[in-house]
Amino acid sequence: MSLANINYSLLREAEQFLFVEARLADENRYEDWESLWADDGVYWVPAENAEIDPEKEMSIIYDNRSRISVRIRQFLSGKRYAADPEIKVRRVVSNFELLEEDGDEVLVGCNAIYFVSTESDDEVWGSRNEFRLRQVGDGFELARKNVFLVNAHKALPNLAFLI
Amino acid sequence: MNDLSSIENWDDHIFSDGVDGRLYNDQHVFEQELKKIWYTTWVYVGHESEIPNTNDFVMKSLGLEPIIMTRSKDGNVNLLINTCTHRGNKLCSKSKGNQGSFTCPYHSWTFKNDGKLMGQAYPDGFKNADKSALGLKRVPRIASYGGFIFGSFAEEGPTLEEYLGGATELIDRLLANSPSGEIEVTTGYLKHKVRGNWKLLVENETDGYHPGFVHASVFMVSNSRINELYGDKSSSLSRDYGNGHTEIDLRPEFRKRGEELSWFGTNKERLPDYVEQMKAAHGDEKAREIMIDGTPHAMIFPNLFIAEIQMFVIEPISVSETVQHVTAIQFKGSPDINRRLRQQTMGSVGPAGFLLADDSVMYERTHQGLQTKTGYRTYTGRGNHRERLDEDGYLVGDSTDDLPSRGIWKHYKSLMEA
Repeated sequence: MSLANINYSLLREAEQFLFVEARLADENRYEDWESLWADDGVYWVPAENAEIDPEKEMSIIYDNRSRISVRIRQFLSGKRYAADPEIKVRRVVSNFELLEEDGDEVLVGCNAIYFVSTESDDEVWGSRNEFRLRQVGDGFELARKNVFLVNAHKALPNLAFLI
Repeated sequence: MNDLSSIENWDDHIFSDGVDGRLYNDQHVFEQELKKIWYTTWVYVGHESEIPNTNDFVMKSLGLEPIIMTRSKDGNVNLLINTCTHRGNKLCSKSKGNQGSFTCPYHSWTFKNDGKLMGQAYPDGFKNADKSALGLKRVPRIASYGGFIFGSFAEEGPTLEEYLGGATELIDRLLANSPSGEIEVTTGYLKHKVRGNWKLLVENETDGYHPGFVHASVFMVSNSRINELYGDKSSSLSRDYGNGHTEIDLRPEFRKRGEELSWFGTNKERLPDYVEQMKAAHGDEKAREIMIDGTPHAMIFPNLFIAEIQMFVIEPISVSETVQHVTAIQFKGSPDINRRLRQQTMGSVGPAGFLLADDSVMYERTHQGLQTKTGYRTYTGRGNHRERLDEDGYLVGDSTDDLPSRGIWKHYKSLMEA
């Protein structure tokens, strides 16, 4: 690959947007996080592996935009017991790459490690993430977020934070 | 307080309206349960549709045993212990596939998928070995009902149909909702781990008292009508079929509504192909009845939960850890309803599910609460003044009553005393 052809300014902009996305998710700022989404956004966390077809096989999360909204409202209901007491999360996102540029959309890949402290335990999660970002005005909106968990093939505990 | 290493009299620990809290978290009790329940009774293992073709296999479990479920050339289903008969190496590390034999990677012994030993590396060294006695260990009894395959480690005992008893009607009722009369398990599993004892899950599956509280958030944010089914005024029933099998029978509420597919939160207009298939299969009137009643909400002891649109398999890992394997039920040959079955399942269950994440945190908190060393006992007497027999002679109560828990513990006691 040629390093000369990398669009560094676009990469930096995408990174900055995704750093904000990560921080809002870490801090359980549900409404602010939801506002990043495009109207046709899809949030996908497959079970087993990245190769499954979410239209045919089970996913841990496979939310269209309206289901994202239900998820957020459930968090905000005050009765989402799986997230109450509040789950503490800090994630590191790294290894950013621009994978594709397609008109006003850009596909960004990165890795993420999450330290998660729930009522019953401290957990470490890891994933490969892919984001399809759409340029709007002078920023982005989130058209697709895929979270490929490293251990998606194993039995997992509750996942009641924004991964 | 006496310890539980050798319980002489179960009457001291299991009562008509509660149990000794230590039964959920004592290691000796767990070991006895493995022996007297998981390694004795019929336990659900897998579904026929998971291995439709010759040489298909899928990794399953029975109690703590990993089991390879295979379909051999003769068309039979085999439940094989996943341990090489040479030195004990784990034979197969794949979760599924299609192959006629399994070769152990350690010393290259090869077994046919019906368990027979086919070959040993460097065979000259085995002059004294009886090959026929070195096949894979098998689950001695295997039987299926409506495509649901069960295994039992007991060489003798009741047949599967005797064990299921009236609960066969639950499986029949599920299958009647499929126009082809068959269901399929083809969508893979969500594997969801909880730090809690397996019995907490079994009891919760037909606990009709909790949904209005634990799942209140779902009623607040969606137009779910589930709260009508499980409230104090609901005409739904809890039922004890005996042998630990229990259900919440929601049909009285659905019959009051009298609307086809209301049980599934939808209507005839939205699933026209399915409705036509049902009419063709059952005739208009019968199809209408079935589509009003819907599928069951039933716990088949000790590990199969049919939850209307999905099924759960409960796998004990240790006294304090349990895995729930969940998959969407699919009606063979009915793509329009199957899509909705998958979508609804994914939203509700698994680690991030709108319903199951909250159930699971309750399992964990209950498991923690039961650690108290203060001589704690549970109270499961709710509704014991209004238990009654239905027309088939099964005990029924209101949907929010503890009747299913009492039935489960009564059967548990009979197994542990045996």
